[in-house]
Amino acid sequence: MEDNHIQSVFDRDLERIQALIMKMGGLVEMSILDAVKSLATRDEELAAQVRENDRKIDALEEEINEEAARIIALRAPTASDLRTVLTVMKISANLERVGDYAKNMAKRTSVLVQMSPIEGSAKSIRRMGQEVESMLKEALDSYFQRDAGLAQEVRQRDVEVDQMYNALFREFLTHMMEDPRNITACMHLHFIAKNIERMGDHVTSICEQVIYLVTGEMPEDSRVKEDRTAFVSMERDG
Amino acid sequence: MSTNEIKISAKDVQVYYGETHAIKDVSVDIEDKTVTAFIGPSGCGKSTFLRCINRMNDTIDVARVEGEIKLDDEDIYDKDVDPVQLRAKVGMVFQKPNPFPKSIYDNVAYGPKIHGLAKNKAELDQIVENALKRAALWDEAKDRLQAPGTGLSGGQQQRLCIARAVATEPEVLLMDEPCSALDPIATAQVEELIDELKQNYSVVIVTHSMQQAARVSQKTAFFHLGNLVEYGETGQIFTNPNDKRTESYITGRIG
Repeated sequence: MEDNHIQSVFDRDLERIQALIMKMGGLVEMSILDAVKSLATRDEELAAQVRENDRKIDALEEEINEEAARIIALRAPTASDLRTVLTVMKISANLERVGDYAKNMAKRTSVLVQMSPIEGSAKSIRRMGQEVESMLKEALDSYFQRDAGLAQEVRQRDVEVDQMYNALFREFLTHMMEDPRNITACMHLHFIAKNIERMGDHVTSICEQVIYLVTGEMPEDSRVKEDRTAFVSMERDG
Repeated sequence: MSTNEIKISAKDVQVYYGETHAIKDVSVDIEDKTVTAFIGPSGCGKSTFLRCINRMNDTIDVARVEGEIKLDDEDIYDKDVDPVQLRAKVGMVFQKPNPFPKSIYDNVAYGPKIHGLAKNKAELDQIVENALKRAALWDEAKDRLQAPGTGLSGGQQQRLCIARAVATEPEVLLMDEPCSALDPIATAQVEELIDELKQNYSVVIVTHSMQQAARVSQKTAFFHLGNLVEYGETGQIFTNPNDKRTESYITGRIG
């Protein structure tokens, strides 16, 4: 809804809270990219920076929650205004989780740089991270533009992330079975891949919030899930 | 969600004040045992429409009502319907508390007396007590029933008017901005009362306070420029209205 409120302070409140989301989104995107980059380039300093950066993200989430509570208390928002405030709170919670995953990846990277690298894995993980980052960027764009169609498209893209995760899972399994000395590194790498896969789920949840914001209803169709690792067995097939 | 019976059914109602077309093609089914809120900007026709339901517009010479309004399948504008009898069934509470310049007791007893609802003094006493209890005024008024109604506080006076309205055992209670002259505590008491009244009556309330409509009603009707723009579950109207004009109004974008 582009029309302005009769009370202009209400518009300023809503604009302010959305600006905070934009800022938080930017920081989280950067964290994802830096986390996978630090792994690929074995850059311990960058990994430390990602961990440090997470404090800012957490602080922003808190600020957004306080601001949202204030708007609810003082302005009693209704209809699309109410949905905006609810959406903002959920999006910031999702962003905060994504930030946590990036921080966790950076922690594991600090450990991984002490070990010999697993061939090709950092590159695949970086691709996966870049994919999730680009999804997040578009999800946030769909939010700022109130574009439910774009949100729906991004939501469906999570399948690709799930598939990348499946492929990595098999790869790590193979490495570990080939040489038990790879197990420690592969376990860390697997958690990193799983973290990115979870990020994708949070991005999907942001998209669903955008659809709710625009249409007033949560999407009913279930999205395709491609994480099949729960069904992979340890048996080696010849 | 709502499975209540239809109490009032309006079809293609038009109201003219002289040349002015104040209500345009309004059709609406109002449920029994439900609080229905009429909202909309000043001059949108919500009060005019409310007044059609107990034929208060009959008292305005230039007003002309067309269409059909049925109360329990009976056309209230039928020639055979006595407006005074109708108003006993369809009670009304106004914006400003307007107690008669009589005692608290007489204010409440007046309606039952003229409609012959009590056979003797004891019965009348009982009716007055029940009405005051239902209006949550009994505890404050029982020791001074002979004191003038006008001596009560604003909030008490409004509850006295509600007691007066329920004393005739109406089936429908119309309320035109019943809390606009009251402080928040008295407002909360009246709102609590409205919630209790809906167990027995169909309550229709006109309010300028969007929050009040959201708090007390189960159904909300939004009027704009004489049209009924949207009518639906209150929860839906306040989270996801269908019409752009409703959205603009409740979010404070048009006056």
